[in-house]
Amino acid sequence: MSLVNLHQVHKYYGDHHVLKGIDLDIKAGEVISIIGRSGSGKSTLLRCINGLEQYQEGGITVDGKEVTTDDIQVRRLALSVGMIFQNFNLFPHMTVGENIMLAPTIVLKKSKAEAETTARAMLEKVGLAEKFDSFPEKLSGGQQQRVAIARALAMSPKVLLCDEITSALDPELVGEVLKVLEQLAKEGMTLVLVTHEMNFARDVGSRVVFMHQGKVWEQGDSKTILSNPQTDELKQFMGAVL
Amino acid sequence: MIEFSNYDILRNLLFATQWTILLSLAAFIGGATVALTLTAMRLTRNPAMQRIVRVYVELFQGTPLLMQMFLCFFGLSMLGYEISAWGAAILSLTFFTSAFLVEIWRGCIDTLPKGQWEASRCLGLSFLQTLRFIILPQAIRVATAPTVGFSVQVIKGTALASVIGFVELTKVGTMLNNATFEPFKIFTLVALIYFMLCYPLSLYSKHLEKKFNVSR
Repeated sequence: MSLVNLHQVHKYYGDHHVLKGIDLDIKAGEVISIIGRSGSGKSTLLRCINGLEQYQEGGITVDGKEVTTDDIQVRRLALSVGMIFQNFNLFPHMTVGENIMLAPTIVLKKSKAEAETTARAMLEKVGLAEKFDSFPEKLSGGQQQRVAIARALAMSPKVLLCDEITSALDPELVGEVLKVLEQLAKEGMTLVLVTHEMNFARDVGSRVVFMHQGKVWEQGDSKTILSNPQTDELKQFMGAVL
Repeated sequence: MIEFSNYDILRNLLFATQWTILLSLAAFIGGATVALTLTAMRLTRNPAMQRIVRVYVELFQGTPLLMQMFLCFFGLSMLGYEISAWGAAILSLTFFTSAFLVEIWRGCIDTLPKGQWEASRCLGLSFLQTLRFIILPQAIRVATAPTVGFSVQVIKGTALASVIGFVELTKVGTMLNNATFEPFKIFTLVALIYFMLCYPLSLYSKHLEKKFNVSR
């Protein structure tokens, strides 16, 4: 059954036509890597799926419910869609534990004890159990990003959107974040990643979506499409990144 | 004619200083309350609300405080609302203070990365929850130093209330001068007292700024 569905989605920034009729169907448990040049609309697409950006035509549904930028709708949506950002966006005035417990306590109305149990379990999952009381500024970039993942997981989302989550990291820290994602993929979490990590897309991802000029230019099984691209644009793009 | 000893002069000035302090406090509390409301209005994404705030700020930043005081005092009484000098002074200083504070605070909130709003939204926090738990705690840290710094302007602004007849430090200085004809001595003392009120605040503001910069 499809978890996220996009039907002929068009998005404009003023006169600029960013998304030109996107059709995409994502099933539960899939790991989708969206690749493409900067400006091809990948991040915008991701931000439309969780209501951060408004789209002008077409329709998006997540778990059968329509996505809009309406505040109440976005809040309901937040319960099924988690988002990880390039710049982590942790709350710097709160400890790691408080970062993770905030939304479960005030949005899901969990008790403090229950939220703490979940928070500790999620931190354990990303390998940072001992950082519960640290402040984000004391952590490395890779650790901060893993905390951000734990924070999103604490809301038990059905799908996790990752917007170039390793792009701001030093090369030696990328691995630890990808390992967490790989683990999540194994556990059956639905992941939609905008990424430049081709190896990850091939080895862990189930499907690759190549975007070009605001359209889904080519898509397919990650192993075949990356070793045997059909369109010239994807061949060119692969040549540029590898 | 009554003779004023130096002691009398100082005693009268210090007594009047109480009113300057009281007026400053009232104006600051009033101004901060209004500014808080305006800041919240500005943060909503409602264009009408934002326009109201913009016009308010332009209006009260773009006209002299003295004119605002005249309008509050003489204007209101001509319209049939009896208002005391004390009331008019508080009212106009509240307008003045809030128009500047709302701009200072907006600047502080704007320095926070947009990602803080987006992350909150993605976690399902409402607008007010985001303000309360994420934005305000961080903005207050940034805003304290410039806000304390601005309070110096409020204290100095209260001197204008002497023109509409409110008896505070400057007014008493003028009255003493009329009686003693010693403008140099009296206004030096008046200036010194203002300085002693304002200087510690400036120092404190600088101290806060340094503290904030170090911890960043």
